[in-house]
Amino acid sequence: MDWLFFTEVTLAGLGSGALLSLTALSFVLIYKATRVINLAVGEILMLGGYLFFAFVTAFGLATWLAIPLAIAGGALFGFVVERTLIRPMLGESSISVLMLTVGLGSVLIGATELIWNTDPRALPDFMGQAPVFIGEAYVSRKIAIGFVVSALVIALFLLLFRFWRGGVALRATATDQAAAYSCGINVPAVFSLAWMVACATAAGAGLLVGAIGGISPTMGVFGLSALVVVIIGGLDSVLGALVGGILIGLVEAWAGTFLGGEYKLVTTFSILIAALMIRPYGLFGTVEIERL
Amino acid sequence: MRIATAKETYIADEGLLVTSTQRAWMGVLLAMLVLAPFVLNQYWLYLACLVAINVASATGLNILTGFTGLVSLGQAAFMAVGAYTVAFFEGQVGTPFLLNILAAGLVSALVGVLVGIPSLRVKGLYLAIATIAASVILHFVFTHWVSVTGGVRGINVAPARLFGLELASPFALYFVIVPITCLMVLGAANLFRTRIGRAFIAIRDRDISAEVLGIPLLKYKLMSFALSSFYAGVAGGMWAYFFRVVTPESFPFATSIFFLAAVIVGGLGTIIGSVLGAAFMTLVPELLKYVVDWLAPIFPNAGAALSPVRTIVFGALIILFLVFEPHGLAEMVRRARRFFHLWPFRT
Repeated sequence: MDWLFFTEVTLAGLGSGALLSLTALSFVLIYKATRVINLAVGEILMLGGYLFFAFVTAFGLATWLAIPLAIAGGALFGFVVERTLIRPMLGESSISVLMLTVGLGSVLIGATELIWNTDPRALPDFMGQAPVFIGEAYVSRKIAIGFVVSALVIALFLLLFRFWRGGVALRATATDQAAAYSCGINVPAVFSLAWMVACATAAGAGLLVGAIGGISPTMGVFGLSALVVVIIGGLDSVLGALVGGILIGLVEAWAGTFLGGEYKLVTTFSILIAALMIRPYGLFGTVEIERL
Repeated sequence: MRIATAKETYIADEGLLVTSTQRAWMGVLLAMLVLAPFVLNQYWLYLACLVAINVASATGLNILTGFTGLVSLGQAAFMAVGAYTVAFFEGQVGTPFLLNILAAGLVSALVGVLVGIPSLRVKGLYLAIATIAASVILHFVFTHWVSVTGGVRGINVAPARLFGLELASPFALYFVIVPITCLMVLGAANLFRTRIGRAFIAIRDRDISAEVLGIPLLKYKLMSFALSSFYAGVAGGMWAYFFRVVTPESFPFATSIFFLAAVIVGGLGTIIGSVLGAAFMTLVPELLKYVVDWLAPIFPNAGAALSPVRTIVFGALIILFLVFEPHGLAEMVRRARRFFHLWPFRT
């Protein structure tokens, strides 16, 4: 076995794993705060990519301006969705809200196809081309940047959860809504905040994913991989999102390279089933104790 | 206003149709179903068959999701199992038509039981994701078990033959597909008047309570999976005879979402809901085509926009129903009925 090649594949896997972790973090944020599984996360990724594309090509903005604008667009989208669609559904069964986000994803895909048609496109290059070498191993520059940015953002999130008032309010709401209310935390505002931050994160992840693989109306499939990550890691665990993301990134890279591309999904989903059979609430998820 | 409906016997109380109005409407419906093939043209007959197939599958999903409370996103995969079973038996074994359909249901039910095994430990949304995993794995099997499934190219299915007649046109297939669907819907309606159906409902309402009441959870959950995938398998079998070719891409993941959407739009946990929901979700995209044709003189690009608009309308329908009519079309029907029952008084 060629160790250099193996290292390169592993590094690429780590890179996509970091992106998966970032997307999974968006899932976890929303789930922790509002108990909603947002299946539209892949489509919000796509939205982020297309917003950036539109800002650069149609409006001719500079890249450094288009990136924050695309992320802000994601945040705005999250805010609007939470206020108009998710909040009226408070107290409905979890299937209903899940299907609501599926419908939302479908609308987003249709709208994207209507505006930009179905052709895949490459995002304008904003990362440079020169390859990166770690030791002797070659890493694509985009993947390396994706990894670093994801790692930084995740680290920032961990710090915010620990020290920022909003982060603490979010954790309090996730632990016990009623108690959070009685401590004077504005729970509806926390819901809004969680959706905004999560959708902004997803839009940012969409920029990175789009820069690596190009954008198309079908890129929301990436959200499915991220879904596997959160299910394996546990829906309400930030640590689970990190570990699961890296795990699935590595497994996808190894399976894709050594078994063949069509084995990627099957391997990850088989791991998913095995993980669920052993730990039904994911590796790090909170075990829900049911009482009569 | 409805009067004089006091029931005097238990048999009357248990009847599926309790009032003479209901019986009259059901008679009208049956007459329409019988007469339809002689009135409709080929295109509408094709749609009628498609609706009937989707109704069968949606009814199955409603047994699992609406009545037992187990969310499944694998209905399309179970249909695919049925379709492949029919294709295999028709092509390589050569058994008769009705037997193939039955076999499709049984094989699917078996696969459904296998997929349902995690359902005792895994609950709610985690289970929904586990069914996605199952459908991904089944898709992999369909593309790689070449000797049985024909791999990516799929299998062509010979036309169905019944009593020496070749059933190739929608007109001929209508007379097989619609009665089978009617039988299956009737079966589902009756199911919820038996112990098994009641047990399903008890599990949906609170599974721990159901277990305390003496319902073995694993047995009944697996039974629900088996029944639901039996329905899906039969629907998939009819699908195979209808489209005459089965490939791994015939039943994409989007189809599973379509059925869950149909059940939700129709009304979770109602038989009439699965019928209305499947018909509605199948026909709306077709009606959109007429809207686009009608708009074509005004917007020259309307034709190209058809597919994205369908995607948008599909999503918007799910959202609108969930927000404004969470109990679906069934609730609308119920409201209309109540209006007539109480007329001239208002609710």
